[in-house]
Amino acid sequence: MAQNDPAAMEAARAQLSGGLKARSAFTRFLTAMYVPSVLKGMAKTFDWMWRKPSTLQYPEERHIPRKGYRGEHRLKMDEQGRPKCVACYMCATACPAECITIVAQEAPWPDRDKVPAKFEIDLLKCIYCGMCEEACPCDAIELTQTFTQVSTTRAEKIHGIDRLLRPE
Amino acid sequence: VTLESWLWFGGKLVVVLGIVWTLGPLLTLYERKVSAWIQGRVGPNRVGPKGFLQPVADVIKLVFKEMVIPGEADKILFLVAPIITAVPPMLAWAVIPFGSTIGTHGLQLANLNIGVLFLMSVLSVAVYGVTLGGWSSNNKYSLLGSLRASAQLISYELTLGLTILSVVMITTDKTNPEASIGLQQIVMHQVEHGWNLFGGGQLWAVPSGIVAFFLMWTCALAENNRLPFDMAECEAELVGGYHTEYSSMGFSLFMISEYIAMVTMSALIVTLFLGGWSFPGLNGFLLTGTWLAGAASVGIFVGKIVFCLFCYLWIRWTLPRFRYDQIMQLGWKGLLPLAMINLAVLAVGGVFLEG
Repeated sequence: MAQNDPAAMEAARAQLSGGLKARSAFTRFLTAMYVPSVLKGMAKTFDWMWRKPSTLQYPEERHIPRKGYRGEHRLKMDEQGRPKCVACYMCATACPAECITIVAQEAPWPDRDKVPAKFEIDLLKCIYCGMCEEACPCDAIELTQTFTQVSTTRAEKIHGIDRLLRPE
Repeated sequence: VTLESWLWFGGKLVVVLGIVWTLGPLLTLYERKVSAWIQGRVGPNRVGPKGFLQPVADVIKLVFKEMVIPGEADKILFLVAPIITAVPPMLAWAVIPFGSTIGTHGLQLANLNIGVLFLMSVLSVAVYGVTLGGWSSNNKYSLLGSLRASAQLISYELTLGLTILSVVMITTDKTNPEASIGLQQIVMHQVEHGWNLFGGGQLWAVPSGIVAFFLMWTCALAENNRLPFDMAECEAELVGGYHTEYSSMGFSLFMISEYIAMVTMSALIVTLFLGGWSFPGLNGFLLTGTWLAGAASVGIFVGKIVFCLFCYLWIRWTLPRFRYDQIMQLGWKGLLPLAMINLAVLAVGGVFLEG
């Protein structure tokens, strides 16, 4: 039925009120005493009692995030154990939260110009959008599936290169 | 009075207190488990096998806490109030028949011929504990909670009384002016004629029986301050209601007496409407008077109570709570007239239709 058709709406309304009038006094009494709605609710909760609980027994069982989950950052290494990052600032530019701080230095290897001397991500500022991952031309940064991040001070939440550069 | 009769009395006392004091604490665990199942959770499962020792852990925790008495509180009333709340639900068990017979001994502590009146008077004492607890705390939230709770308890007690009276209407012999209204007699009537839920064997009384059962059920929820009628507590508005200022054992006594009151109320519903310790098809065996028959009847009685308790919890975790004025409206404008009409129908029917 079209919502904007006045004739059809009127017909439906007439049908509905006719149905209400047609209900017996007994049914109306039961409705006034909340009987049908209470029974409906009780059937629903009874149904839920037999379903499998969604609980995870936490310390023993851990949640595994789906593939592509954007968690704590990681800097990748190549086969020789060198950081893939070439300090191009693409990620820092793309970052909408401006949480990436990079200081470049000259590379000791002939195949690239620069390597990062300092690479810091402030995880308190980060919004885990994954823009850095997409901006990176060398596939050097990635967001891992690690989602439990515990620290006792604010300073610990600023991850330097020593912490970011790690195998998977 | 012989030694043997004393021993029998002691034995029955042990069974009754065993039922009450086991079901009460276990009910706290049962409540948490049922609520968890309904909400798709697991519930307590760390203390003991399957969480079975959780009530023990709860009690130990509460016992070792400090009992704080507010400086401005009325100390005597403050300490007495939880006791007044806890005693009546246990006292009611004096007249509730918890089994058939073993030999010549009926499984009931006192076969009072005014059992129903005794019950009504004892159950109405519980409101004092709530009122005094709120008053003596000298705290505005406690006072408001206890006022609301006592208004609610008094309102629903009327309907409860009328409903219990309608059971008496169904079961007693109206031609005999000395007919007993003891609870064992009510159960025996149900053994002979069928459950009071279905009119106690009178076809014309079937609708009245069902209506009375639902009225009783609603009033039982209200009397025990259970959701959807938990006006006494309502954390959102009154912090904790009448037991805001209570801590340690004072609080746990209020808590455990609420659960014991639930057990008592379930036992009452079972006795009055669901045939007590009887079971259709087994009554011949249950009345043989052997030890096995007696034990079986107690088992059936406890089983029915556990079913009622499940319904309590099931209702609690399904329905949202009422607003205060809605509770009063439902009580005075809905349930009370309905109970009166029901009683009138039973009275007229008892005179003209009973055959």
